[in-house]
Amino acid sequence: MNDTFQLDGSTVPFEPGQTVMQAALAAGRYIPHLCYHPEFKPHGSCKLCTVKANGRTVASCTMPAETGLDVESEIEELNALRRSLVQMLFAEGNHFCPSCEKSGNCVLQALGYDLEVHATGFRHLYPDRPLDASHPDILLDFNRCILCELCVRASSEVDGKNVFALSGRGITKHLIVNAESGKLSDTNIALTDKAMQVCPVGVILPKRVGFSVPIGERRYDQRPISAQALDDAPRQTDSSGNCAACEGTP
Amino acid sequence: MLPDNEIRFDASGQVWLDQLVQRHESNATRLLQILREIQEYFGHIPHQIVTELAQRLSIPRARIESVASFYSFLHLKPHGEYRVLFSDNITDRMLGSQPLMELMCQQLWLQPGKVSEDGLVSIGTTSCTGMCDQGPALLVNGRAITNLNHQRVQEIVQLIRNRAPLADWPADFFRVEDNIRRNGLVLGSALAPGEILRRALPLGGLGVVESIKTSGLRGRGGAGFSTGLKWEACRNAPGLEHYVVCNADEGEPGTFKDRVLLNHEADLVFEGMTLCAFAVGANKGFLYLRGEYRYLLEPLQLVLQRRRNKNLLGKDILGQSGFDFDIEIHLGAGAYICGEESALIESLEGKRGVPRNRPPFPVTHGYLQQPTAVDNVETFCQAALALHMGAEQYRTIGTAKSAGSKLISVSGDCQRPGIYEYPFGVSVREILKDCGAVNTLAVQVSGPSGICVAESEFDRRLGFEDLPTAGAFMILDDSRDLFEVARNFVHFFAHESCGFCTPCRVGTSILKQTMDKIAAGHGTRYDLSEIENLDRVLQTTSHCGLGRTACNPVLHTLKHFRPSYENKLKSLMFSPAFDLDGSLARARQMTGRDDAGAHLKEIE
Repeated sequence: MNDTFQLDGSTVPFEPGQTVMQAALAAGRYIPHLCYHPEFKPHGSCKLCTVKANGRTVASCTMPAETGLDVESEIEELNALRRSLVQMLFAEGNHFCPSCEKSGNCVLQALGYDLEVHATGFRHLYPDRPLDASHPDILLDFNRCILCELCVRASSEVDGKNVFALSGRGITKHLIVNAESGKLSDTNIALTDKAMQVCPVGVILPKRVGFSVPIGERRYDQRPISAQALDDAPRQTDSSGNCAACEGTP
Repeated sequence: MLPDNEIRFDASGQVWLDQLVQRHESNATRLLQILREIQEYFGHIPHQIVTELAQRLSIPRARIESVASFYSFLHLKPHGEYRVLFSDNITDRMLGSQPLMELMCQQLWLQPGKVSEDGLVSIGTTSCTGMCDQGPALLVNGRAITNLNHQRVQEIVQLIRNRAPLADWPADFFRVEDNIRRNGLVLGSALAPGEILRRALPLGGLGVVESIKTSGLRGRGGAGFSTGLKWEACRNAPGLEHYVVCNADEGEPGTFKDRVLLNHEADLVFEGMTLCAFAVGANKGFLYLRGEYRYLLEPLQLVLQRRRNKNLLGKDILGQSGFDFDIEIHLGAGAYICGEESALIESLEGKRGVPRNRPPFPVTHGYLQQPTAVDNVETFCQAALALHMGAEQYRTIGTAKSAGSKLISVSGDCQRPGIYEYPFGVSVREILKDCGAVNTLAVQVSGPSGICVAESEFDRRLGFEDLPTAGAFMILDDSRDLFEVARNFVHFFAHESCGFCTPCRVGTSILKQTMDKIAAGHGTRYDLSEIENLDRVLQTTSHCGLGRTACNPVLHTLKHFRPSYENKLKSLMFSPAFDLDGSLARARQMTGRDDAGAHLKEIE
């Protein structure tokens, strides 16, 4: 493989068709991200993965990798922007970590810690977003939605069900379900759906499993997200199945 | 209009919907057009129809809700038999739109944004309707009414109370003048339909591309990309089909030149599109017409029909064997973002108008992922004229890097608002003189996303070298508060953000809150530095130009007119955004009290 670009001064190889994010993760290099998921086509909406490529700020998840590209990511200028973006997401919804079932397993929260977001920053918008508890097995708490569309994509692309969609425009944009009643109980969603597994925050929750793992022992309580995101990413392995860039990951 | 639960979807309704869907060939890419027709028929998009339509198009009903809720002019709930929307551009406000709207609300016993209890009427605001030269303006059920004044508002109130059908309202209300004040290359062209086409066909497609490249023509939508290079890239891109799209989603507040071109020079626009089709090898073209210009649809369709009859459209155009091309008009439905070319293409495909990730660009992966040339209305006119007069000749007009002429939409504080055509390179001062502007404080060039030019810069020249412009030229005299102008623009961006990316979706709303906080007298220096921080986030991380330019109005006015902000600031370094007294507004409303005892004394 001859194609490489520079990421914060070190060389990252890439295959044709890979984006900067995909190549970076495959090489064991973490770039903060929220709406990107290795199993889905890059979306480019959260903008947490913004990097400087040859001096121009772009979303690394959608930016095609190019030979000789000079990418900067771990610099204070960009982390300051990322901090503001995380603060915006906290201000936009209604996030109360201490009482949230997803606390410790939440990507937004984990990113907040990782980026050292110490204060809320912006005035909160306190939107009115009623819960949907109509389904016998699943609860939807729209208050925590960050509009990453992962559930929309998973339900449509993997489950073939189109249970979720987005409605409204701008700051009024919100998640809806595909039913004449507008209720989740009138959809064909199932606990085994991919859409149940992809929510990075605490919107889509199975009922009756609250706090089965104590807070403090959860995923991102163990190790920061910057280390764990690499576990999920598809890695390049050699013929014996070893991954050169995977040291430090279980 | 019937309330939603009383819509009788009987046999005749079924037949109507069947015919509608059939006319659109049960094609889900026509969804926006179908929804617009349903909205026109029922006054909103009834719940039951959404379900029925989903079945007929074999798409999830949530997708229909998703699309319908994106566009301001589509309503999923009943919105009144008469839906009145006051144009809320700063130029409408300067002409007194706000007191007129209050008057109408008062007379119809109505709060803005609400539907009257009898379901008769709703009154609200909408982004600039493109009638800045003859405002204040409003839309009633999608039809534009211009030159509002006290008397006209009273008459409208009477007509609504009497439930008079729109067709019976005085025709004078709906009259839209062209207000052409200065002719030029385009507006003075007076060519017979087909004349340029006849001359250009012998050049061949490649010859047309080369001519346009030589002419130095750059896109007139604002970005100024080389039209020849765009056509060439589209022509060379492999695809099953090639498409030509005319961007007539003229949404930038203060711009109305496309409205005039489509009314006055429709043949020239279509001629330019046809030449482009010839150059890139397209058989199909779209004109994406903003919903606010709905009244132009039928006249434009007549022009298209006339051109078909003359074999200027259709099969083997002008006897050129194999050159088949036709144009279809798609209507928008109230979404500024659809002026962004990839969002426009999404909208053409019947989706939410969200800008795509680029690359790939529309020239290779546009409409239905096929090579597509998207150009502004004026660009097509200029392209046709460049071919008519010859590329070398065209190049001599304007400046070195900005060939040709530019239509300027002049509005605001001047004696003669309207359309002025100048060769590129004209100075701001010259335009101000020609339109009779006095005591000018500033000019907002190219709309809210453009540049606020103060008096010290009036010798700057319009052109890609200095002041690039899509055409808006809003004049503000020394009686105006530039802070309020910027605040109006900030509200506009927050309303029009598509909501796709975090910085623009949330950032424009926070910016709006901050400007409102300053306007309410609670601003501090901290808020000004907060604006600068927001600007950095929006400019560097936004998905498209909307977010990247949303802070411009504030930054430019802060630069030139900082006192108009600082006058409003408290001297404190920090003041909480939470308004203790304001939070009791609801309690006051519920108890019907507004006396001194119902207010908290402000704590200084």
